[in-house]
Amino acid sequence: MLLDVGNIVRLRLLSICGLALVLFFSAAIVFSVQVPVPNQQPSGAPSQAIPSASPAQTGTPGVASAPISAQPLQSGLNIVVLDPAHGGTDPGARGTGGMRESDIVLDLAAEVRRALEQQGFQVVQTRQGNDNPSFDDRSALANAQRGAVFVTLHISSTGLPGTVRVYIHSDLPPLTDANGMIPWDRAQAPFLGLSRKFGDLVQGFLTQRFKGSPDTPQAAMVRQLRTTAAPAIAVEISSVVVNDRSDLDRMAPGVADAIARGAAAFKPQYVVPGVPGVQP
Amino acid sequence: MMGRWKFWVVTALVITLVAAAIYIPILRKRMKRAARQQQQSEEQARRELIQPVPVNPGDPRVRTTLFWASDSDGSALAPVVIELPLSKDPVLRSKQVLNTLLAGPVDTELRTLPPDAVLLAFYILPDGTAIADFSEAMATSIPSGIVSEQLAVDSMARTLEANVPQIQRLKILIHGQEVETLAGHVDLTGTFVVNTKLAAPPAPSGPSSVAMPAPKP
Repeated sequence: MLLDVGNIVRLRLLSICGLALVLFFSAAIVFSVQVPVPNQQPSGAPSQAIPSASPAQTGTPGVASAPISAQPLQSGLNIVVLDPAHGGTDPGARGTGGMRESDIVLDLAAEVRRALEQQGFQVVQTRQGNDNPSFDDRSALANAQRGAVFVTLHISSTGLPGTVRVYIHSDLPPLTDANGMIPWDRAQAPFLGLSRKFGDLVQGFLTQRFKGSPDTPQAAMVRQLRTTAAPAIAVEISSVVVNDRSDLDRMAPGVADAIARGAAAFKPQYVVPGVPGVQP
Repeated sequence: MMGRWKFWVVTALVITLVAAAIYIPILRKRMKRAARQQQQSEEQARRELIQPVPVNPGDPRVRTTLFWASDSDGSALAPVVIELPLSKDPVLRSKQVLNTLLAGPVDTELRTLPPDAVLLAFYILPDGTAIADFSEAMATSIPSGIVSEQLAVDSMARTLEANVPQIQRLKILIHGQEVETLAGHVDLTGTFVVNTKLAAPPAPSGPSSVAMPAPKP
């Protein structure tokens, strides 16, 4: 018998030695490897393809989607995925008095959520607190829903204060591979027409309320929208250069109401294909 | 027997601590050296950048169209025509117009690119794709937002379209690297269509082949 396990003192000594060894080797690994951990996944990394048959059915990047027939089929828009942009180490636009876009959009999302729930929508948020999911993680959350639209919320650094702009993604050449799958990095391509309709409605309601806002949604290469397989818009409020945050907070109910009314108006126009194999 | 066990454990611990005491300072030195080398290479790149684009006084002065913001709210572009001595070589010409764009208009409120950004490198591939490599200030000093970032990219694409007909597409790099976004919003993984008449359709796959039409004037 080498060791009397009943002796607590020796056990403690052993534990301390073991802990010291583990700590040392952990420290050595951390110091020597020094591998930077990317905050965002590189856009080209996910190799997952989205079945063209399903406008809103994908999984996490890199994980194969479940067969369409395995999921219950529903028709009609019933879910809104809200994306308060930035967060964590990425504050987004920064304004006077330490205003951070990431904080403001989180509060705005709560207001939008309430308005949408009053309209009978189920709301899913890409982040609830001060964290920063990657672009692909945010898209994956939307792509996993069936019958969803996606709204990403932003505050700009520039632009006429008190105005709100809706953006849709610029034209993406539609592309499917030999199996009829849409590449992850072009997931938005089949939904551009629907995104424009949804954007038109939301921008219309916003322009009624916020004078000086454009009449129609603008096209821009918004990274977040590109990998989203659903009707998707970005809503950007101008701007963080206001003197007081209360100026932006006062806009929140109007923005929330416009998004909720836009989603409600869009609902009859968005019929989720009940038969697999049909693109939107 | 127990005494020997204790001896070996204590010996192992001592060896571990000694190894740690030797190894960790070496690692620290290596890290400091690596950081110093990175700083030096950044300085070198900066010095190279500061070298002005050679301007040949013999180059003819031509009407050059530059696109800056059209109004103080910074949401649209407007063409400004000025006369500049421009090279006939498309790469030199591109550098000249982009540097003028970076220098900004008389009214600084109308600038679309950050004043401290520098064009590090510019070259044109045989297929008409131009690669513009900017210093980190392009990403860190630009006002964050969809409207400001899209305006910056559009001002470059449209200025090149107006002055360098050989360029079909524009790829933007930051400090030699492909980055996902300019400042958190506009996608830089693809290329931007510069010459809408000449640009060929994008390659069949990959985000780097995604090409966007230049906005209509």
